[in-house]
Amino acid sequence: MEFWLPVIWSVVIAIAVIMYVVLDGFDLGIGILFPFAEHDQDRDIMMNSVAPIWDGNETWLVLGGGGLMAVFPVAYATILPALYLPIIVMLLALVFRGVAFEFRFKAAPRNRWWWNLAFAGGSTLAAFAQGVTLGAFIQGFQIQDNQFVGGPFDWLSAFALLTGFGLVAGYALLGATWLIMKTEGALQDWTYERTVPLMSVVLLFVLAVSAWTPFLENTIHQRWFSWPNIALLSPVPIVTALVLFQLWRAVNLRREIQPFVLSIALFLLCYLGLGISLYPTVVPHTVTVWEAASETSSLIFMLVGVAILLPIILAYTAYTYWVFRGKVQPGEGYH
Amino acid sequence: MDLDPLLLSRIQFAFTVSFHIIFPSFTIGLAAWLAVVEGLWLYTGRRVYYELARFWTKIFAVSFAMGVVSGIVMSYEFGTNWSQFSNIAAPVIGPLLAYEVLTAFFLEASFLGIMLFGWNRVPRGVHFATTCIVAVGTTVSAFWILSANSWMQTPAGFAIENGRFVPTDWFELIFNPSFPYRFMHMVTAAFLSTGLVVGGVGAWYLLRRRNLPHGRIMVAMAVGLLAVLAPAQLIIGDMHGLNTMEHQPRKVAAMEGHWETKTGAPLILFAVPDQEAQTNHFEIGIPNLGSLILTHEWNGEVHGLDQWAPEDQPNVPIVFYSFRVMVGIGLAMIALGLTGAFLGLRRRLFESRWFLTVQALMTPLGFVAVLAGWFVTEVGRQPYIVYGLMRTSEAVSPVPGGSVLATLILFVVVYGIIFGAGMFYMFRLAKKGPEADQGEPAHGTPARPLSAAGDAAAPAE
Repeated sequence: MEFWLPVIWSVVIAIAVIMYVVLDGFDLGIGILFPFAEHDQDRDIMMNSVAPIWDGNETWLVLGGGGLMAVFPVAYATILPALYLPIIVMLLALVFRGVAFEFRFKAAPRNRWWWNLAFAGGSTLAAFAQGVTLGAFIQGFQIQDNQFVGGPFDWLSAFALLTGFGLVAGYALLGATWLIMKTEGALQDWTYERTVPLMSVVLLFVLAVSAWTPFLENTIHQRWFSWPNIALLSPVPIVTALVLFQLWRAVNLRREIQPFVLSIALFLLCYLGLGISLYPTVVPHTVTVWEAASETSSLIFMLVGVAILLPIILAYTAYTYWVFRGKVQPGEGYH
Repeated sequence: MDLDPLLLSRIQFAFTVSFHIIFPSFTIGLAAWLAVVEGLWLYTGRRVYYELARFWTKIFAVSFAMGVVSGIVMSYEFGTNWSQFSNIAAPVIGPLLAYEVLTAFFLEASFLGIMLFGWNRVPRGVHFATTCIVAVGTTVSAFWILSANSWMQTPAGFAIENGRFVPTDWFELIFNPSFPYRFMHMVTAAFLSTGLVVGGVGAWYLLRRRNLPHGRIMVAMAVGLLAVLAPAQLIIGDMHGLNTMEHQPRKVAAMEGHWETKTGAPLILFAVPDQEAQTNHFEIGIPNLGSLILTHEWNGEVHGLDQWAPEDQPNVPIVFYSFRVMVGIGLAMIALGLTGAFLGLRRRLFESRWFLTVQALMTPLGFVAVLAGWFVTEVGRQPYIVYGLMRTSEAVSPVPGGSVLATLILFVVVYGIIFGAGMFYMFRLAKKGPEADQGEPAHGTPARPLSAAGDAAAPAE
């Protein structure tokens, strides 16, 4: 129990985080692509393609954050102060992004650009701040006695900026492939055209981050390049390469659903790579899942809830996606 | 300049949570009301109920969006600004918040999409069920967050092990002594605040002789709600106060402005509390009534703040004045509800322009009362974050004051913009009204053919 509970919980939290990254990732990606759309009517469709579901998608962020506090309080209480500024900036960016869904359709046409800006700027900044957070997280923090003891700008590094821009590109790819699936006609053509260069950019970022990460910490290097790990883990980069190749083909063959599925697969593989690099630490390189875990009775009490409620949540989430299935029509919405 | 991260974090948290609380207070009541109106539409088939539901759903959506985005901030501020508290109290507080996410947030957020955008995509019955689910979700959310808050006020069902709060009895912990009262008091407050808004907008329509059928329903339903719930709130509030006196006597002493412990204490109506001198100036009170209300005995003994050292007292002026603001508005609501009910029984409710004017003017007062009430309970808990056990000063994150000042300024600017815009759009929606709204599509976007927004047809089966 003492061993397995934190392990099970790290899997649950990991699922919550990747659910957030993938689901809100394509929402935020729509926002990142927003300024490049050619007509305001296209922007309407782009926004309406996610308007009914973004709120549910963003809730995974609350589960990730709230869950981290509940399950690994030491991690929550050290990582958040360490990332104080990027986290608050991300939250405020999400404020702008979130209200833009409502305000943009209620604004007078001549004031609408303001909420276009809030939506695009909020989405892009939130994605960037999340990427910076990720990079700083991988690099690790100065910790003493379960407390953060570093400075307010420790997170700022070349690597964190790289992951910041990388995540913006990655989310844009998710958003573009979502749009391919949800639109038709001229907007879909436009999206296909934009997806091709976007894939190259994402490829470059995946390569750069993957090449850099092992040199950040010796433990990560050991994890990947010591024998027999190098053989056992080699499928991860190989499958990633295959997914990227198939994504390339699918976009060029103008498949509608495959690109989105493959983009998600790409995110899952990168995430898996990250997990392999960092396990079993939850504050990278310093605090393990067992050291950070909350009280056993709290973990059990919540696990009961998760076991019952998470399948129900997934079921009704799937139902709402099903209700809004198919291509988005111009003028759809309740406004 | 010496920037105190503790003070700045407190200001930031107070600001962000005060901003946040307004919107859930409104959405809890409005979601329930929308479910009622939509149910009436399905039951009676009268189109006016459908128009009311569609109209208020738009206002609901704006409020909900602001509640969601400001609520996510709160869930991270526990870590960014109160990491020591999070670390020490997580085994108790964490599961309550986790259950809030699992049982309420996902439910609200997922079904909100269908509630707003699904009118033409699901059958009427399913849409009605969706509205009900969202309404239940908002209340379940209040259940968990108020349980967590109440635990910080009246901790129970725990032990302290290795410097941490550790749960020992989940039932006692969740249903801690102040929770049932706080939950009832807050949910009732949410209903009352919503009643004031719905009734106030309706009264305004009647005064302007627009949207008359809608306005009458809004005014009549709001008056009915206020006539029942406002007096009920007085009783619930009294019970909550007695519970507070049992578990947090120094909060009650601050609310009442009692510095000295005495029997036959007066009910102080007005005073200027002076914390430094530990006394009141310009005190106006009614003899013995304080004891009567607090102990339900003419000569009951009432604890004064002299029981605690000055550094263990809350800020008395804030608690004292906020309490009077809350009670004053509560009494005004009772007067409004009972007067409205009296006029209604005499069939003069919709014609009494003076009454409608008062009702329209009282539109925002519910939120003022909610904020004042939260000031009472939260400031009254100080200097503790977990009453009697953990001081707020021990809870703050190791973050420099400069960082907190920077984010505080950002919060004020961003929330100022969002609040201003949100209020503006809600006002404009209200001004357009349910009738004006039905005929025209949204700005620039043609109505979806299926939705038939301009025609008499209600949504498809």
